[in-house]
Amino acid sequence: MGLTISSIFSSLTSLANWGKESDLRILMLGLDSAGKTTILYRLQIGEVVSTIPTIGFNVETVEYKNIKFQVWDLGGQSSIRPYWRCYYANTRAIIYVIDSSDHARLSTSRSELLTLLSEEELKGVPLLIFSNKQDIEGALTSGQVSDALGLVEEKGREWSVRGSCATKGEGLEEGLDWLVNAIQKK
Amino acid sequence: MSFKKDEDTGIGSYYNNKTTIIQEARVFNESPISPRKCRALLTRIVYLLYLGENFNTQEATNLFFGTTKLFQNKDSALRQMVYLAVKELSSTAEDVIMVTSSIMKDMQPNLEVIYRPNAIRALCRIIDASMAQGVERFFKAAIVDKNTSISSAALVSSYHLFPVAKDVIKRWANEAQEAVNAKSSSGSFFSAGSSSGGYLGFGSAPTNPGYQAVPSTSYITQYHALGLLYLIRQQDRMALIKMIQQLGGGKSGAGSTLKNPMALCMLIRYAAKVMDEDPNVHQQMFELLEGWLRHKSDMVNYEAARAICEMRGVTAAQVAKSVSVLQIFLSSPKATLKFAAIRTLSSLALIHPASVAPCNIDMETLVSDTNRGIATYAITTLLKTGNEVSVDRLMKQITGFMSEISDEFKVIVVDAIRSLCLKFPGKQAVMLGFLSGVLRDEGGYDFKRAVVEAIFDMIKFIGDCKESALAHLCEFIEDCEFTKLSVRILHLLGIEGPKTPQPTKYIRYIYNRVVLENAIVRAAAVSSLAKFGVNVPDEALKRSVTVLLNRCLDDVDDEVRDRAAMSLRLMKEEELAQTYMKEDAVFSLSALEAKLVAYVNDVDAADEPFDVSSIPKISREQARQETARPSSLETIAAPALKSAPVVVAPTAAEAQSTYAQQLAAVPELASYGPVLNSSTKPTQLTESETEYVVSCVKHIFKEHVVFQFNVANTLPDTVLEQVSVIMQPSSDEVDLTEDFIIPIPSLSSANSPSVVYVSFTRNSPEEYALGSFQCTLKFVSKEVDPTSGEPEEDGYEDEYQLEEVELGAGGDYIIPTYVTFASEWERLRGGATATETFALSAMDSLKAACDSIIEILNMEALGGTEHPASTSVHTLNLSGLVAGGGGKVLARCRMTYSSGTGVTLEMGVRAEQEQACKLVISAIGG
Repeated sequence: MGLTISSIFSSLTSLANWGKESDLRILMLGLDSAGKTTILYRLQIGEVVSTIPTIGFNVETVEYKNIKFQVWDLGGQSSIRPYWRCYYANTRAIIYVIDSSDHARLSTSRSELLTLLSEEELKGVPLLIFSNKQDIEGALTSGQVSDALGLVEEKGREWSVRGSCATKGEGLEEGLDWLVNAIQKK
Repeated sequence: MSFKKDEDTGIGSYYNNKTTIIQEARVFNESPISPRKCRALLTRIVYLLYLGENFNTQEATNLFFGTTKLFQNKDSALRQMVYLAVKELSSTAEDVIMVTSSIMKDMQPNLEVIYRPNAIRALCRIIDASMAQGVERFFKAAIVDKNTSISSAALVSSYHLFPVAKDVIKRWANEAQEAVNAKSSSGSFFSAGSSSGGYLGFGSAPTNPGYQAVPSTSYITQYHALGLLYLIRQQDRMALIKMIQQLGGGKSGAGSTLKNPMALCMLIRYAAKVMDEDPNVHQQMFELLEGWLRHKSDMVNYEAARAICEMRGVTAAQVAKSVSVLQIFLSSPKATLKFAAIRTLSSLALIHPASVAPCNIDMETLVSDTNRGIATYAITTLLKTGNEVSVDRLMKQITGFMSEISDEFKVIVVDAIRSLCLKFPGKQAVMLGFLSGVLRDEGGYDFKRAVVEAIFDMIKFIGDCKESALAHLCEFIEDCEFTKLSVRILHLLGIEGPKTPQPTKYIRYIYNRVVLENAIVRAAAVSSLAKFGVNVPDEALKRSVTVLLNRCLDDVDDEVRDRAAMSLRLMKEEELAQTYMKEDAVFSLSALEAKLVAYVNDVDAADEPFDVSSIPKISREQARQETARPSSLETIAAPALKSAPVVVAPTAAEAQSTYAQQLAAVPELASYGPVLNSSTKPTQLTESETEYVVSCVKHIFKEHVVFQFNVANTLPDTVLEQVSVIMQPSSDEVDLTEDFIIPIPSLSSANSPSVVYVSFTRNSPEEYALGSFQCTLKFVSKEVDPTSGEPEEDGYEDEYQLEEVELGAGGDYIIPTYVTFASEWERLRGGATATETFALSAMDSLKAACDSIIEILNMEALGGTEHPASTSVHTLNLSGLVAGGGGKVLARCRMTYSSGTGVTLEMGVRAEQEQACKLVISAIGG
């Protein structure tokens, strides 16, 4: 146990030192109105801001536990999705956000995700999936989302599905913790 | 570092090479990015774009997406450069909307950063009409921002967005007005932050404390705001006049809220435009302009002086003050002021040489000015204001510096000489010598064309110089590199040569072209030769021409061979020559086009051959006018750099074809077949200043008559519904039956004017029904709720009396056409004829009688017979075409005048059809 803690600690420090030179570049993707922009600013300034649909992208530096993430929040409208690919280069991790209360579009979300994962540039990049809007009644749990996505097949990368609620800030930190861990393992 | 390396190579072609730059764009993808490297690269991209380098869509898109990645960096200098690049690339790159969110974030009112104006300016290049609504709130706030650079950026961006999102931007007028009125234009960023919160609602936006806004003292925002206000109001003349008066600040101009001289100059241009369009405000605008002549800024003085000098129909008294202002500028040390003043005086000298003459002494000094532009204008102006004595001296001076000035100025000089020739025909030898001299000099097409046209004018207007001028032109085509000019000269030689005493001497020059030139010139030369063969009576010459043309039959080019073959035939058969070479009338091309289009579109018409006889003919003189090239006399020596665009009024035939298109769009009228004739000009049925403005256009169809009422509602707060026009024949004899009325469902000031159609059936289509109608405009009037912009539910029925509409012979059934009267009159001897005598006791002269007959009948007066030479006896010859296959109709009006009885008219009419004769006689009798 002690060994684990110290190993994590040392790796975290090394990661933090490395972070001084360059920020960790992270893409945040997902269908429109999944909550990407809300998550971004919740992480950056700790507040819930009022948002409008993102036409294009937002890019912010988020500092979490002394590590700097450069988070690219790309708009999710179908007209903008084709441009995601322009921003794949040098990505260290992907955060994919799903509106767990939007049952109807879950399959769309899944096919977008699978296209994404088949990209050469994103090979082996850790994937964190936020099953967002858990506070809404009738929302699927992270387990259900995970089943629906059928990611068991996905080999060759670390991935995890986490329940979250951006407006309350629930689940976000836990997700990031996992992500840091996954990046560092790689 | 790459910076060092770049410095070593210098600003070479390598450094600023497109391919290199595209490769180096990798720096945009580095992590972390280097703001300095990226900024340097962006600078080079923008530099290349400004130089006019073209990036194709793929390259531009790649660079654009690379650039968007730089939004991750907070370096403000880099961000400004990013915005410049985004703006420049946005026109070629695809999918530029990807930066929208990033830009909108930088535009937030509470974001106190230096690049807020840059963001606003970039946004207007990115968004489209559908997104304008979404940014409305930001723009409104930014326009009234205390910081001038933000306010200006928002105003300029709105100006650029206006064409794509008119309706949204029209709502920003109040904000723009506020920006014009802003008393103090200084303000710092740190007081400008609003607490309302932006779209992301940031509590703590990153600030850039190193930046301090520089307070502006130029009031440039007023200029930008005025531009936007004008754009919003340009359709509404009343609002425009109000704006000019409000901002103009009274007679002295001292009370104006406008502090920025450029804004004032703009206001002067608007004022000049308004006074040109609306004579009612002429006087008050003129007073404003005169006030500005005393403003403390040179720029404003000049602009006002120029506006006054360029007023339409300006009088000598009106320009006096402006000329003295311009005279002071002539001795200014600033070259720009001198140039502006002399250029304006030069064009004024065309209309009022005497008013400009007081400046002669100042202009004499400017002739030796080191700036050749100023010297050219000075000398050409002096040529216009001077007298015959000074011409020789000035001509010498001009010859001295012709080689030192550019082609544009040479054209100005040549134009001045051209008008001078006509003013002092006595000096033609000197002038022609000068022109032929410069014709031999080096020069581009525009210059040579100006010289050749000047010589053409001399040939046309000064008979004495014809032969020597033709000789100079012959010499010129011997070595002329411009095909167009050669062709024009050969054409002129063909027309003028046969009339000279010795036509033979031109033949050699023309035939040389056949031997030496390209096919286009050879063809022109053949046509020219043929004119000699047909028009010169000398048999020996005819034989020689035949020999020459026979040789042309072996030419390699078909056009040349064809023309030669046709010409040989024409020379043999006198009758063909009459039709094809000597005929002075041509079809009105626009009318011909309109009829052909109608013929092609009408499926049923294909069974019958196209009826060319229904096309009005015009003389060559008219055809020249119709091509809208301002005739030589009007443009003589007008400065080539004239800014005011010449508005060409649509010709009657063009109006016809637009009407035909409009009518074709009305389904109810589709079955009526092609329109035979439409009135050339709408008849006004109301005064032009009333609440409702109505005009009427009449369309004659084979079996119907359609009245088109253009109704305009000028009241912005009222909507008229179910607008129709009730027509009541004034007598029972009118042989028409009303079919239906197509009303306008709803008419507001925004969709005015709209059209009400009233259709009648011609009970006996072979007759030409005449008569007049009482017209009443009927509608339901509804107030518009000012808050919602929607009309209120309850309205009241109302009527509005219009003036009478007349259905007459001229304009409705007859259109003017050109014929050779004598031969046509003979030809129609066997056709329908009618003769009647009228006593026109109300006419007090033969001229008045001619004018009113032409107006009533709408026929073409031939051979200048509309101007009576004698006061007692005159014959007026008229010709016209009757719509709908009525054929040609000619009228010979023999008139006598005596002071006791007025004009007595004996009118003889000959026509191809009986009905046409009746129509003409009844039009005069009725």
